Amino acid sequence: MDFLRPASWEEALAAKAEHPAAVPIAGGTDVMVEINFDHRRPEYLMDLNRIADLEEWEVGEESVRLGASVPYAKIMEHLRAELPGLALASHTVASPQIRNRGGVGGNLGTASPAGDAHPALLAAGAEVEAESVRGSRRIPIDDFYTGVKRNALAPDELIRAVHIKKADGPQQYSKVGTRNAMVIAVCAFGLALHPATRTVRTGIGSAAPTPVRARTAEEFLNAALEEGGFWDNGKIITPSVAKRFADLCAAACNPIDDVRGTASYRRHAVGVMARRTLTWTWESYRGAHRTTEGAA
Amino acid sequence: MPTNGVPTTITQGSGTRGGIGESTLRPDGTLKVTGEFAYSSDMWHEDMLWGQILRSTVAHAEIVSIDTSEALATPGVHAVMTYDDLPTDVKHYGLEIQDTPVLAHGKVRHHGEPVAIVAADHPETARRAAAKIKVDYRELPVITDEASALAPDAVLVHEHRDDHHVGHVPHPNVLHRQPIVRGDVASARERADVIVEGEYTFGMQDQAFLGPESGLAVPEEDGGVHLYIATQWLHSDLRQIAPVLGLPEDKVRMTLAGVGGAFGGREDLSMQIHACLLALRTGKPVKIVYNRFESFFGHVHRHPAKLFYEHGATADGRLTHVRCRIVLDGGAYASASPAVVGNASSLGVGPYVVDDVDIEAIALYTNNPPCGAMRGFGAVQACFAYEAQMDKLAAGLGMDPVELRQLNAMEQGTLMPTGQPVDSPAPVAELLRRVKAMPMPPERQWESSEGADVRQLPGGLSNTTHGEGVVRGVGYAVGIKNVGFSEGFDDYSTARVRMEVVGGEPVATVHTAMAEVGQGGVTVHAQIARTELGVAQVTIHPADTRVGSAGSTSASRQTYVTGGAIRNACELVREKVLELGRRRFGSYHPAWATAELLLEGGKVVTDGGEVLAGLADVLGDEAVEVEEEWRHRPTEPFDLRTGQGNGHVQYSFAAHRAVVEVDTELGLVKVIELACAQDVGKALNPLSVIGQIQGGTTQGLGVAVMEEIVVDPKTAKVRNPSFTDYLIPTILDTPTIPVDVLELADDHAPYGLRGVGEAPTLSSTPAVLAAIRDATGLELARTPVRPEHLTGTA
Amino acid sequence: MRLNFTVNGRPQEADDVWEGESLLYVLRERLGLPGSKNACEQGECGSCTVRLDGLPVCSCLVAAGQAEGREVVTVEGLADYAAQRSRATGGCGTALDEARQWQARGTDSQTGEGTELSPVQQAFIDAGAVQCGFCTPGLLVAADEMLERNPNPSDADIREALSGNLCRCTGYEKIMDAVRLAAARQSEGV
Repeated sequence: MDFLRPASWEEALAAKAEHPAAVPIAGGTDVMVEINFDHRRPEYLMDLNRIADLEEWEVGEESVRLGASVPYAKIMEHLRAELPGLALASHTVASPQIRNRGGVGGNLGTASPAGDAHPALLAAGAEVEAESVRGSRRIPIDDFYTGVKRNALAPDELIRAVHIKKADGPQQYSKVGTRNAMVIAVCAFGLALHPATRTVRTGIGSAAPTPVRARTAEEFLNAALEEGGFWDNGKIITPSVAKRFADLCAAACNPIDDVRGTASYRRHAVGVMARRTLTWTWESYRGAHRTTEGAA
Repeated sequence: MPTNGVPTTITQGSGTRGGIGESTLRPDGTLKVTGEFAYSSDMWHEDMLWGQILRSTVAHAEIVSIDTSEALATPGVHAVMTYDDLPTDVKHYGLEIQDTPVLAHGKVRHHGEPVAIVAADHPETARRAAAKIKVDYRELPVITDEASALAPDAVLVHEHRDDHHVGHVPHPNVLHRQPIVRGDVASARERADVIVEGEYTFGMQDQAFLGPESGLAVPEEDGGVHLYIATQWLHSDLRQIAPVLGLPEDKVRMTLAGVGGAFGGREDLSMQIHACLLALRTGKPVKIVYNRFESFFGHVHRHPAKLFYEHGATADGRLTHVRCRIVLDGGAYASASPAVVGNASSLGVGPYVVDDVDIEAIALYTNNPPCGAMRGFGAVQACFAYEAQMDKLAAGLGMDPVELRQLNAMEQGTLMPTGQPVDSPAPVAELLRRVKAMPMPPERQWESSEGADVRQLPGGLSNTTHGEGVVRGVGYAVGIKNVGFSEGFDDYSTARVRMEVVGGEPVATVHTAMAEVGQGGVTVHAQIARTELGVAQVTIHPADTRVGSAGSTSASRQTYVTGGAIRNACELVREKVLELGRRRFGSYHPAWATAELLLEGGKVVTDGGEVLAGLADVLGDEAVEVEEEWRHRPTEPFDLRTGQGNGHVQYSFAAHRAVVEVDTELGLVKVIELACAQDVGKALNPLSVIGQIQGGTTQGLGVAVMEEIVVDPKTAKVRNPSFTDYLIPTILDTPTIPVDVLELADDHAPYGLRGVGEAPTLSSTPAVLAAIRDATGLELARTPVRPEHLTGTA
Repeated sequence: MRLNFTVNGRPQEADDVWEGESLLYVLRERLGLPGSKNACEQGECGSCTVRLDGLPVCSCLVAAGQAEGREVVTVEGLADYAAQRSRATGGCGTALDEARQWQARGTDSQTGEGTELSPVQQAFIDAGAVQCGFCTPGLLVAADEMLERNPNPSDADIREALSGNLCRCTGYEKIMDAVRLAAARQSEGV
């Protein structure tokens, strides 16, 4: 095994081009487990910790450019307003120690369906900034996950940042685990209201081979909200609408039975989380809506 | 002397600071908070090698061949050993039955069984080399439960049994069977107005101590070996290790290294023999440290069980009879299974008066992971089931579940199902009263001005509910656990106590082989010596095999038995010191001959308080030393047909009230409070006693809602050998645990004390289950309860 | 490979480090600082918690090479860190003689007299928060860091901050007591 220590992003890209099998390591929270337990013996380990700008973020007009290695603890602390869904998701990641090291780049690189960030990214809308010596490209998050622990990166590419749409409305995130802290998701659900476009986006974790959106549920809800004039009148969402949305979210799952939970439970729990997060976000939207109305 | 049921008073040493009854602090506390305390995994030696074990990847198979050549050729590898390299004819070990191969021979019987061992100069080299060993397995069908074990064409897990249980078991795949029959169940059943039945399942729990199995074996010049090891019982290890090495016991020296928790999981050998074999083979010190994955394979677990119960009661709530059948899965090797069967059967009806019983407990041999000792030892599984039954019975009778329990609660004088009278306080009804009387935790503590605090809700940080679906429930349970080794076992301990003057001060040194595993035995030993010898300074000598056996740190027995041995040795030392004093100073004061003399505050004083001499003057240059064995009163085996016999030494009782909040839609549970009341006879160190009760309670909580080793029924392979998927409670899963300690002396025991460590692990689990049933209305016949079970999605 | 970094205020150098080694392994087996514990090696127990450039992290998940040039504080340096002093450490591993001596030194409830402890270390002893002690070093590092950030934590704050540290012996109640005690003493300036 060789340990590569690129001092700059350019050096990292060059090293990755030279050794496409090199495994990048930042927070180490996935890679080191595999090494400690003899599940992986990469020929090259490439440390990204020396590249400072991977740990930086910029808040732009439309989106936040989040460096791949910005630790979850920083997202929770500094980006709660801009990225509320991701901040909530970050809070559910493992333990405080892990949240001090791990970042979204690692979740994306590993592309485990159980990664906590995915549902929040899917719901918010995001693009992955991937780069190689050949150039840089933006991969829409919807195209990023290609299979169980597989993603759209080319062998010579590294994740530099994620561009996440700034919240234009309330966002929520829930995750079921069988412990009250430090637990891997049995399943997870992210939901974002986008009043600017009058749309709703979702993300489901750990209930299909890849993180997925519940598109049929989104389309149903978008139509129902539009039809009922909910965005304008700020009324409570009809229970039947919420239930139908929850059922469609559950139906979007394609889960398996495993040691963490049954497929049947996962479907059920995604439905419950969908209904609850819809209620929470909509209540929050209504609250803001009323305040705006009152001010006007 | 203590008197039954009355708090113990002491005369000797009562004026000495830091004696029994005080919450003195741990002698190893500073070392443990500074990181200097040397655990077994911290041992280091110049030139040491690292050992690695290759384990079977299948549960049941013939070994066709093993090829170690490539591993041996790896640079940095010093030795590779298989069964064929074992040095003597003794190639098996075991606590009671020597059925466990040191390294697999011709066959593996469970997933993770050791097949070969490697020593190399770096752990990674050892791992790589072990991975190069080629083992060719021919797989056999797996025995995984009672049906497959007893099927007409069942493969025998052990083909040639010659142990002492084989004569009375119905099938060679049944390791041990203990029936207990008393009274006339058939006619008692006629009197019952209400009869309830239940079939219960208890999942496989792991001790999950945090310090993984580890140790360092150092070869010695005389051809022997010195093993620094984390264990629960040095002499039991020694008895099993020495014959395999072909060494006399005095050439295998053992010193207790720091132990990172045990809970029963270190009663059996793990890496001990392997490290010694490699050290003797290579002539170099060899360290072996399991990682967490290996640890799940490296020790026995709590027996999973199926329990079938029938309880009857008259309309006024009196128990008429209990019938039960408890099937424990012992896994591939015997370990402590026979004794677990003895406990499960003899304690199978719980702390209740019931004259007519028909009990049967068996342990199976299967290809599942071997199971053996874990805190609560057979009594845990039974308590889960009989307490569920008591609630069911209360519902059937329309009675309050606590009142039903109190109505049937045993007391001093009650006969156990074994016919043994309970001859010390048994305040079962009182413990229930106390735990029920504790104030209830406030409702909806998660509500705050800023909205719901998810940390205090089911799901915790995962943000699954802000109060939706959350229902509170309350449940009660009480249990009975035996203290000490039972069924005629010669359960003794040895203490060597020395008193001498060091730097002008009298100092006592206490030397035992007791394994300090975290429970605080070392704290209590110093307290006993201070009380009995009236000195301030007590040195606790490291535990090793240069002193006689202390017995196991298990069965809640060490404070009773080794504590008793220390008190006994101290009394003998005290007599010798007084003799010395009489010889030296007797002529100066008549009280030396006439008064009752005590050792207090470093002096010899009369019972009237008059100082006769300083201990330093009495001792002068002499050292007084005594080493003595000490035994509690003997027990006898249970009759193999009827189960009758005075099998137990002492009983320990605890009761719990659990308050839970359940997210009934998602099936997630938050335990809000687990209140406990326990009779401890005499709290030698109240702080430690409460720590034991809270720790035991939390392990019971774990197996109620999350902890289970999942074994694939098709392959008998373990599916979750990691802390990622074998979950134990975090601090956010653990509630406040108020403790009410009762001290009713047992006058058979030193200071009237009662073993503490295990009883709280029993009643905690059924109390939580009862509370979840209360919240959900579901029957819940298995533990742990998973979200699937609460949402109909299993 | 060779590794240079600072541990408990003192520059350290380790040679022949295998590239797959964790920071935990280097601390324990190469620098003679076995206080950080190896209980799960997958970031699921917190026993190996150290501060890396000030932040609590699981040292089992930091590749040794990633610590190059950085500052690490372990439980061995906690008292000095708390006292804002630097202290030298040395030796390698726990020598057997030293290992044999632990109880001999532990002669009384006041063992370790003369040992300077941080408030949280002292509180763990006083409150009975130590049983087997294997989780203790990691908990101390995490608790000390929390009290630095949040001197007056609520119970829920304490539980959240320590939710990455498993303890199997105590049921956490005495650990809660210890952290509350340390916070109280800290606020009283004791």
